[in-house]
Amino acid sequence: MHPSHLTAALLKLLAASLLLISFAMLSRRRTQRLITLFAWQGAVLFMSTLLVAHSAGLRELYYSAALTLLLKVIALPWILHRLIHRLGAQWDSETLVNIPTTMLVGLGLVIFAFGLAHPISRMATTITRNTIGIALAIIFLAFLMMITRRKAVTQVIGFLAMENGLFFAATSATYGMPMVIELGIALDLLVGFFILGIFFFQIREQFDSLDLSNMEALKED
Amino acid sequence: MTALTMVRQFGEVLLAIAIAPLFTGWIAQCRAWLQSRAAPPLTQPYRMLRKLFQKDVALATHASALFRMTPYILFGAMVLVAAIIPSIATDLPFARVADAIALIGLFATARVFLSLAAMDIGTAFGSMGARRDMMIGFLAEPALLMVLFNAFLLSGSTALPSVVEASTAHSFLMDPSLLFAAVAFLMVLLAENARIPIDNPATHLELTMIHEAMALEYSARHLALVEWASDLKLFNYACIGFALFLPWGIATHGADGGLALGLAVAVLLAKLTVAGAALALIESLSAKLRIFRAPEYLAMAFLLAVLGLLVHLLLGA
Repeated sequence: MHPSHLTAALLKLLAASLLLISFAMLSRRRTQRLITLFAWQGAVLFMSTLLVAHSAGLRELYYSAALTLLLKVIALPWILHRLIHRLGAQWDSETLVNIPTTMLVGLGLVIFAFGLAHPISRMATTITRNTIGIALAIIFLAFLMMITRRKAVTQVIGFLAMENGLFFAATSATYGMPMVIELGIALDLLVGFFILGIFFFQIREQFDSLDLSNMEALKED
Repeated sequence: MTALTMVRQFGEVLLAIAIAPLFTGWIAQCRAWLQSRAAPPLTQPYRMLRKLFQKDVALATHASALFRMTPYILFGAMVLVAAIIPSIATDLPFARVADAIALIGLFATARVFLSLAAMDIGTAFGSMGARRDMMIGFLAEPALLMVLFNAFLLSGSTALPSVVEASTAHSFLMDPSLLFAAVAFLMVLLAENARIPIDNPATHLELTMIHEAMALEYSARHLALVEWASDLKLFNYACIGFALFLPWGIATHGADGGLALGLAVAVLLAKLTVAGAALALIESLSAKLRIFRAPEYLAMAFLLAVLGLLVHLLLGA
């Protein structure tokens, strides 16, 4: 088998596993499992970036792969674990819509994403062009997770998963963004994450829970 | 040539019948290790069967002929399934007779008979178990069909030997759609064989039991056959999984001399060892679901299999 064919097939497999992990995240109720899945998603993303970097021969992509490994597989999951232990929020995360319905909506979103990506992927010239649809689907699914969850922590995990999808879209459509932008995004993500972490404690102090539906009511006093 | 294939066919079936209890015993042993208990010996299922075959049958007064016939029908159906699945070689006379959809029909036949027999005596436990098993069955069957359609779509045939030959001929890399199908298949396997997220195989006395509730009225050789059939069912499911997702090592048509067959048996045993340990690990890690969560669990398996089809169609092979 030709090596580039092998790379393309392997990349498709990794893209499919990313999509699978996204669906698994959509179906999980427990916050702790969500964080584990998020770390796995980061690991698969790291492997796919490494693969694209190797096949395209781009040094910059190796750096962003290393950044992915450090930030999304090791640092963020570790911080999230500590955070939910401190908050005592590891158990329940009630969904607004029941899970089979969410999965059905997710299925519709996947079809929509593939339809949307079809014209783009026909124009692209990279070996990874087939996976643009999957990258878009991952972004949509993360959006869906943010919409259907009630707790602040799970919404933040959805936000991080969405960034994973965006990153994968960037590598699959254009072999990654310039290094400066990538570093900027990584820094933004980290800072945004820290601010949200502080917010968690503020929210809990105000309402005695992390349920965001409390914030919909206006406070009088 | 035909005589040789017949010998091969019977060898395969006998091997399946012989090592199916061993597979169950191996899973039980791994589970015991993972729970840091003293493990029962690997031969425990065989000792159980021998003990049961030596005992006298105790039948309920109102038991009909259906109740007495069912263990033989169950066992026969499972042996037939074992003959159809290409677990060692693909060039088998039985494998060409029926495709994978007929296979699901055989599983369904066994389920219907066991449920009828469970209701035959008229105890509360029996009919409760039968009803629950039918509920699980009618949800698991479409999911299993969708999983099979994934493989059929790739190979262009509904016969398992062709699926195996097509996937060994193409490449050693899994198609992306099969990844989804494999996860869905694992979920169906656990549900259909009364394993932990849906049912607990280790206990008799629980209000949540499904399979054990149906076999509660059976004794002696009847019970032995029912148990042996359920061991065979698990073994058959494992072999279907190997044929669909891990077909390496199965002796294909034209390359099935004595050496290749010996290698295929060795590979099958290795795969079963790994799969048994993995099943035990999954069962130890997961908690039993409430029965009302079972439809959600199986709907997820179905959706994953459909997603596999979608990925295959949209990604373009």
